Amino acid sequence: MQTSVDTPRGLSGRRRAWHWAVRAAMYLSAGATCALALGLIGYILWRGVPGLSWEFLTTQESILKGTDGILPAIQNTLYVILVTLVIVLPLGVGAAVYLTEYATNRRLTGAIEFATETLAGIPSILYALVGMLVFCQFCDLGTTLLAGSLTLVIMTLPTIIRTTQESLKAVPAGYREGAAGLGAGRWHMIRTIVLPCALDGIVTGCILAVGRIVGESAVLIFTAGMSTSMQNFFGSGGLVKSSGATLTVALYVYAKERYKYDNAFSVAVVLLALTLLINLAAGAAGKRAKREEER
Amino acid sequence: MKKFATIALALGLLTACGANSTAPSSSAAAQEGSSAPASEPASETLSGVVNTSGSTSMESVMLALSEAFKELYPDVTINYSGTGSGAGIEAAQTGTSDIGLSSRELTEEETAAGAVSNVVAKDGVAVIVNPANGVEDLTVEQIADIFSGKITNWKDLGGEDREIAVYGREAGSGTRGAFEEIVGVVDACQLTNEYSSTGDLVGNVAGNENAIGYASLSAVDDTVKAVKVGGVACTEATVKDGSYAIQRPFVMVTREGAALSDAAQAFLDFAMSPDAAPIITVAGAVSANG
Amino acid sequence: MRLIFTVCGFIAIAFVLLISVYLILSGLPAIRQVGLFDFLLGERWDSTNKTNPAYGILPFILTSVWGTCGAILIGVPVGILTAVFLARVAPPRLAAAIRPAVDLLAGIPSVIYGLVGMMVLVPAIQDAFDLKAGDSLLAAILVLAVMILPSIIRVCETALKAVPREYAEGSLALGATSLETDFKVILPAARSGVAAAVVLGVGRAIGEAMAILMVAGNAANMPGLFRSVKFLTTAIASEMSYASVGSLQRNALYSIGLVLFVFIMFINILLNTVLKKNKE
Repeated sequence: MQTSVDTPRGLSGRRRAWHWAVRAAMYLSAGATCALALGLIGYILWRGVPGLSWEFLTTQESILKGTDGILPAIQNTLYVILVTLVIVLPLGVGAAVYLTEYATNRRLTGAIEFATETLAGIPSILYALVGMLVFCQFCDLGTTLLAGSLTLVIMTLPTIIRTTQESLKAVPAGYREGAAGLGAGRWHMIRTIVLPCALDGIVTGCILAVGRIVGESAVLIFTAGMSTSMQNFFGSGGLVKSSGATLTVALYVYAKERYKYDNAFSVAVVLLALTLLINLAAGAAGKRAKREEER
Repeated sequence: MKKFATIALALGLLTACGANSTAPSSSAAAQEGSSAPASEPASETLSGVVNTSGSTSMESVMLALSEAFKELYPDVTINYSGTGSGAGIEAAQTGTSDIGLSSRELTEEETAAGAVSNVVAKDGVAVIVNPANGVEDLTVEQIADIFSGKITNWKDLGGEDREIAVYGREAGSGTRGAFEEIVGVVDACQLTNEYSSTGDLVGNVAGNENAIGYASLSAVDDTVKAVKVGGVACTEATVKDGSYAIQRPFVMVTREGAALSDAAQAFLDFAMSPDAAPIITVAGAVSANG
Repeated sequence: MRLIFTVCGFIAIAFVLLISVYLILSGLPAIRQVGLFDFLLGERWDSTNKTNPAYGILPFILTSVWGTCGAILIGVPVGILTAVFLARVAPPRLAAAIRPAVDLLAGIPSVIYGLVGMMVLVPAIQDAFDLKAGDSLLAAILVLAVMILPSIIRVCETALKAVPREYAEGSLALGATSLETDFKVILPAARSGVAAAVVLGVGRAIGEAMAILMVAGNAANMPGLFRSVKFLTTAIASEMSYASVGSLQRNALYSIGLVLFVFIMFINILLNTVLKKNKE
């Protein structure tokens, strides 16, 4: 329901003043937010687009030749996304299935949900601290992309659990009862009925997790390293020992360590495009999941 | 509530064990991948990943060296992370990196704790100001007074009437360690801002007319101005003949008793060889072995 | 199968326990060595001073508190007013155009905010207030305010939209203007959602590290609006990688982590209770 903001006539002076002040504040705030969004995006594009080229996206930088390129960062980002998702998906979906299909003790589910909320609220610098201690040093993985991905698994777990749980809850009870009535075992039912119905929700969770991974910097700086060299993932030891900067970390390296601000802004444009893409994808997947629920 | 806590703890431990057991298995899987080529004699077909981290002053030297090395051994990946000298020495000691990078000499404690020093180059620490700043020449005493907060305005040094913004590096920095020791301001610096990398400091001095800072000679370009120290300009020549006062070594740090991988050893040998000297010179430092 | 799912279910608890136990075990030694009082209330942090090191984190705590308060003070009113505009006032098409922009702001990686802050805000502050350097608490507060704005707008808007339309109809029927209805009826009715938004903003602001590392100057001063400062988060970020294992400096960083963790747990529990109230 929309309401118009015209001030009706015949209000007392104080009421009029209140209207005037509140309306001014509201328009100012909304205007500021819009100006901020436009200004920020415009500024990044203005500084970053001139440095973008096909070559910038598809080569690695060379000090001796003096050329720039962010292909290694793109590859590292993909590696981290893939490894993290491969590990976190079974864990997160499994946890959500346990919560909705198996768990019977309400206090226990409450505790698990509280733990999930807690994980979601822990700032990334603490994940960086713990990831460095546990994976880099204690597990002896060193500062590698693998250690970074494992830390991100813990970080993205709550996202996957929550979205999956919500979509599992939306699967009609009738489906489950029908399957049970036909004599299907619980695991069989989950595998063939419940999970396929919740697929769109799981996809949404994945997209949100990807968004979080793409945007992460603190964790990866301390656990995955900052190298901008090309990694050979399929060379000997490449999958485990490779270390390097993802796009966000590369931006940080360019901005903070090499004062190549133009490169940093070009990376920012790429990240901006990725963010937009992720938002659109999440919106589309969310809509699909909703339609599924309504059906 | 107590009962619940014990259950949670027990299950937590259970799953923690599960989590622990996945880590060795994944690294074991990795071993399979790497052990096959490694068992062969690694002479011409050298391959693998070498992770280095540490001094941000050594960035241009490291990137140039690794690029040149990659032309000799295309299957080896050299990774450089600029984390600071203290972090580099630490990473070499704990084994989180294959080779640590330090832009200051190792302390006795560090060598006693098993860090091995391999000096690859010498470098000057340039004292830098904004190009718009009229001050050209400072004595070591004046620099010490600026950094310890006794001189706070450029007009006392023959410049304009502006407050001095004193920029320094973070506490683990090799550049800071060397600078403070040689200038004689250890533990006495009154810094306006602290930066965690060479490039960050240079970029910020370039952006602030009031600023003074210090940085590796190899990182100084025309966005900032290196002042003369006691009448001597900071150049490769003055660093090489020792007439420029503020200089320090670039060190590759390894761990005593721990064997490097073939690829890492080859890279270290390459960096220490005379072949690397021209590359180090291109990167703006002075080779120690050429 | 059941066992596997159960293990998955408890993994979140396991992770929380892992993190808490790790932080507590590694955070306590330094606190014990320095003394809780000297650690929390000491005004001087000079961890690498060889002759007279000091490990007082009061400057970091106060900076984090002031920084968060400042960000909330700016971000929350702007966020709430924008949310009211989007949910109640703006024509649907305009609102539909603004919302994706807000979403985009929410998704932008924090280092981009840091980068723009560093390139635009810091020089602007230096010029505007005639300082020797613009890196300051003020710059950090502004960056934080911008960063928490999108999530505040989104949560508030959702809460405002969940208010039953009968409230508005009743209010209008009693002779209140539409603006009065929006601000004196709908907004108070959505107050628990608004509270959740504020708490969420506090959590995000107090936990942010990389963006403010790029604009705050990072000297361990007591907080002042125009001074270069270190937050709890940036203190960890700037010293963590090089402090040697087992040293008091390294342990003190874990202790800072523990203090931050305590702050965050407190905020989480607060958020949880607010949200629960919301449901009822």
